[in-house]
Amino acid sequence: MCGIIGLLVKRRELRESLGQLVTTMIECMGTRGPDSAGLAVFHEPVEATHRRFALHAQVSQFDWQNFHESCRRETSKDASIHFVANHAVVISSTATGQFKSWLKEKQPSVHLISVGRAIEMFKDEGLPCDIARKYAFTELEGTHAVAHTRMATESAVSPAHAHPYTAGEDFCLVHNGSLSNPHSIRRKLESKGIEFETDNDTEAGCRFLEWRMREGDTLEEAIETSFSELDGFFTFLMASADKMVLVRDAFACKPAVVAETDDYVAVSSEFRALAHLPDISTANVFEPEPEQIYSWTV
Amino acid sequence: MDRVKQLDLASLSVREVNQFLHGELPGSDIQRVEISNPNGMHSIAAGLDCEVAVEILGHAGYFIAGMNQLARVTVRGNVGWSVAENIMSGSVRVKGHASQCAASSGHGGLVVIEGDASSRCGVSMKGCDIVVGGSVGHFSAFMAQAGTLVVCGDAGPNLGDSLYEATIYVQGKIHSLGADARQEEMEGADVERVSRLLADAEIDCDAGQFKRVASARSLYHWNAEAHQEY
Repeated sequence: MCGIIGLLVKRRELRESLGQLVTTMIECMGTRGPDSAGLAVFHEPVEATHRRFALHAQVSQFDWQNFHESCRRETSKDASIHFVANHAVVISSTATGQFKSWLKEKQPSVHLISVGRAIEMFKDEGLPCDIARKYAFTELEGTHAVAHTRMATESAVSPAHAHPYTAGEDFCLVHNGSLSNPHSIRRKLESKGIEFETDNDTEAGCRFLEWRMREGDTLEEAIETSFSELDGFFTFLMASADKMVLVRDAFACKPAVVAETDDYVAVSSEFRALAHLPDISTANVFEPEPEQIYSWTV
Repeated sequence: MDRVKQLDLASLSVREVNQFLHGELPGSDIQRVEISNPNGMHSIAAGLDCEVAVEILGHAGYFIAGMNQLARVTVRGNVGWSVAENIMSGSVRVKGHASQCAASSGHGGLVVIEGDASSRCGVSMKGCDIVVGGSVGHFSAFMAQAGTLVVCGDAGPNLGDSLYEATIYVQGKIHSLGADARQEEMEGADVERVSRLLADAEIDCDAGQFKRVASARSLYHWNAEAHQEY
């Protein structure tokens, strides 16, 4: 099954409430995906010389202070850290490749889950409402967020297999559905040197779109190409630093509902996750058409 | 004066509401039930089996008024998947839009969607009547066996795919017909039938402007020489 959630706030004052609004939506969609959940929030971008590195520690009582000290000593002195439970985000001027190598060598129990100037991603297994509480999602602020509640139909249940999936920088995707040709997509991309982290079908879709964008496509053009390359059922909700994009496959048998007001655009698998949003009674509520690309810019 | 019962889903669960509708309501003198704060919840007023008017005041979720018998259910908002699925008799009216599979497998009664209905509207319908004030999505009336689908707006791709003996009437554009569906001449009886259903649905349209779609019946018998090409 799985539940997808997205919220892009148009009014600046609402950015402070982003986490609160999204958390209610995640809790509502918990029944569609009770085995794991994840969220990507997009903040104001850090300066061009820096990156946000979102991290997940495999152990629950991880010593982030000690991690931070090593990070500053061994990578870059300007690295700052913010952490909650076994999640942390490091903002640093260290190059991504260098940071990845350092993690692999010196901090093998810490997994890098997103990189970019704006994106911060959370992923974990368990009930979505527990995950939201554990990482204090209600306190998150930002321009937009996408989230996912997972009921696994293929591949394992683990934090790494939870959505969103990310590839490259400041890009992520959540998926309700299943792809039937992820292995051929994967073989095609691996032959181009693209590395995969899991055996999940959604990762193939995510890396395919990111590869197309690196080849020069806009996200919308990449999605158009995917209609003929990706086989299967999907409602994809994607986000980049300044956009939220929604698309359903030609058969559109995986649900999606959009609610739009002057203040926000909200997307969910079911209306009940939107029912508690402000001014929902006057919102333009509609079901997205198959193979039509809906794109909203911050 | 109608005796009205008000039920609030902000304080009651869907199960409690439905238990009232199935248990206490039949045989009582209540003629109207109003259900507030549906907030997209599923299965509200499913399985009704008595003559009563039920109003759902807001947007509702999946399987609303499923398996309905005798009752007249109105939703003052949009509904999710499979509204009035397997309806047997009575009526279900949606004042807003309906998501996929509206009135799927419906055996009897009338389903009115005043707005648009999404894909697979009337899939496998078995005798109910459906009137859609707006347009319908792809694969509507897929494998529809009996009954009538009236669409005042446009019809999406593959209308009436693998159609049996149900009849479809469309006022607007038909994007494409599905396998074995064909457009046929409108006759006097068709205009009369559409006119009666529009009147029942309280939708104002000119019955003479509709096109008739029915089964070409070429899939009724297996053709070994068709090589799976239909």
